[in-house]
Amino acid sequence: MMGKNILLGHGSGGKLSHDLIGSLFVKYFDNPVLKAQTDSALLELESSSVAFTTDSYVVDPIFFPGGNIGKLAICGTVNDLAVSGAKPLYISSAFIIEEGFPLEDLERIVAAMADEAKKAGVLIVTGDTKVVNKGQCDKIFINSSGIGVLETKFKHISTGEKIVAGDRIIINGTIADHGMAIMASRNFVNFRTEINSDCAPLNHMIRQILDAGCEIKFMRDATRGGIATVLCELAENKNLGISINELSVKVNEPVRGMCELLGFDPFYVANEGKVIMVVAEKDAAKAVEILKKNEYGKDASIIGEITGSHPGKTVLVTEIGGKRIIDMLAGEQLPRIC
Amino acid sequence: MQYIDEYRDRELTELLVKKISEITTSEIRLMEVCGGHTWAIQKFGIPSLLPSNIRLLSGPGCPVCVTSRKYIDQAVAYSRLSDVIITTYGDLIRVPGSSSTLNEETGKGADVRIVYSVLDALKIAKDNPSKKIVFLGIGFETTAPASAAGVLNAVKEGINNFYLFSSHKLMPPALNALIDEGVKIHGYIAPGHVSTITGSKIYEEIPPKYGIGCVVAGFEPVDILQSIYMLVKQVHEKDFRVEIQYKRVVSREGNLKAQAVLNEVFSLRDDWWRGLGVLKESGMCVSEKYSIYDAEKMIPVEVEETREDKGCICGEILKGIKTPKECKLFGKICTPANPVGACMVSSEGACSAHYKFNR
Repeated sequence: MMGKNILLGHGSGGKLSHDLIGSLFVKYFDNPVLKAQTDSALLELESSSVAFTTDSYVVDPIFFPGGNIGKLAICGTVNDLAVSGAKPLYISSAFIIEEGFPLEDLERIVAAMADEAKKAGVLIVTGDTKVVNKGQCDKIFINSSGIGVLETKFKHISTGEKIVAGDRIIINGTIADHGMAIMASRNFVNFRTEINSDCAPLNHMIRQILDAGCEIKFMRDATRGGIATVLCELAENKNLGISINELSVKVNEPVRGMCELLGFDPFYVANEGKVIMVVAEKDAAKAVEILKKNEYGKDASIIGEITGSHPGKTVLVTEIGGKRIIDMLAGEQLPRIC
Repeated sequence: MQYIDEYRDRELTELLVKKISEITTSEIRLMEVCGGHTWAIQKFGIPSLLPSNIRLLSGPGCPVCVTSRKYIDQAVAYSRLSDVIITTYGDLIRVPGSSSTLNEETGKGADVRIVYSVLDALKIAKDNPSKKIVFLGIGFETTAPASAAGVLNAVKEGINNFYLFSSHKLMPPALNALIDEGVKIHGYIAPGHVSTITGSKIYEEIPPKYGIGCVVAGFEPVDILQSIYMLVKQVHEKDFRVEIQYKRVVSREGNLKAQAVLNEVFSLRDDWWRGLGVLKESGMCVSEKYSIYDAEKMIPVEVEETREDKGCICGEILKGIKTPKECKLFGKICTPANPVGACMVSSEGACSAHYKFNR
């Protein structure tokens, strides 16, 4: 490969760009659509119902325990499609890179993206690279869009229009791992922990539940803002009452410890491999069983239910049996002073 | 988690609630002084478990909440100086001053850094020798020793660009002032972490003087419920005294070393408390001996005229005279996303805790 660092020329569209595309992106993302190097990726779809999503990734640090910014970009995009009930198929990836960024790091990121795409069964079919002057972006930003096809029978999942009182709320495992892995790897908190990000592509696991015929009423990946934000949005937007049992919500011990120490509420901390599902009561136990057999759902559990009372509000039964409201977070979670 | 899970035990909780209900059915009003208690009480949903005759009132023990707006205005003014880096604990950055917050100033280019310890601020000072590092020292006897240690470490390490801007306050003058002002309570759930430093002895004049109970409490739900039980028992038996529930941390004498550090670095001054006004010898300022580390003395700055918001009843809420829900701004104009008063800013503030957990 050429040189050791990204130069402005790598984003110029000239020879350096050409070499970078060939030696890195086409090599790793390896698929016929991308190889054709047409201006637009030309795709065949099996359905005219399409789910389309986009997201930008600016995580700091770019490498963290359990993943990196590239893995995050692919998983995030795949999960956004999968929780809508769609089958993710094609992904784009656009890079904005700071001049001087080590090529070796870029290769690690691209390799992780290729790896995750393969696991998820999606193709990275188009992309772009821009290089900005030193100091004009923080190392590397990635924008990733994705499209997937959606069967008519799953169209209600993203809107939640079929939810009724008595439906159960399920999550596929422990919460707050990603956010705390990021916190722990930032330099200003001097912690040595074994917290790994939960970053993972959930599409196959979700497909197993759908294919088993479980009546899924709603799904949302609980990323920024944590599970609290997903639950509050659902309760408010659909004017539903939600009741959550704190003891059923699992938090890994190191994550709990770090949250306690820093004054963070794990309910508001980001996840990157967790989906909140609203499932018909009759299918809830079966859905949990299926989830538990999947590597990304081993700690799945029913954490609560939709209720007829307190519409618009999410009520938590606390670990000591008290009751309180879970509300949307205002701004960032800030550490408490004492 | 060891030493935490034991104190969140559901059976113990139920037992304590049962015992509290058995003592009396007459109304008992208790004030949790510390913001950490307010937060824990709401987070665990303790009010939903207590019998209706037990009323918990939130007191003035959230450091962010009692800090004067003038202090925020001055911190904002410091942040606008190009050679200053502000270092602070997290909560403070969102507290509204007269016309701005530290958060807003960051957007305009101010260098404001959240730290978890004064030692981080000292490190920033070492790494930025051409800048003045102002550490915003807020809080009670709990956080003040760390600020004082920061000054002593600066001396030891020869760091001469570290400045403490102290708004540190003492708890006992506020506890006395509340009762003097006519707040009607039967007992204080006294702050456990303040007492870790000061010992429980600082409250000893309260029970005989005012005829109310005083129990130094820990911060887990079983701690809080046991403290309520002890207070209800004191009230019922009319046997008012200082008791320590939080025995695993608090002693009568406290942390003598930390007290010595406080006495070395700080001197007392009359200080302004939101809701309580000026209380005699209730504030800690950097003493003459260490004045070269005192931001107020060493960094002259022009501060805008302080304006208080009309309609905000933070003052009365801090005195436990009114509850957040009695404020006409609460939840409407004043929300955590757009706080008017300081009680809505800190997660330990009574309004914020009520809004978040109990609206």
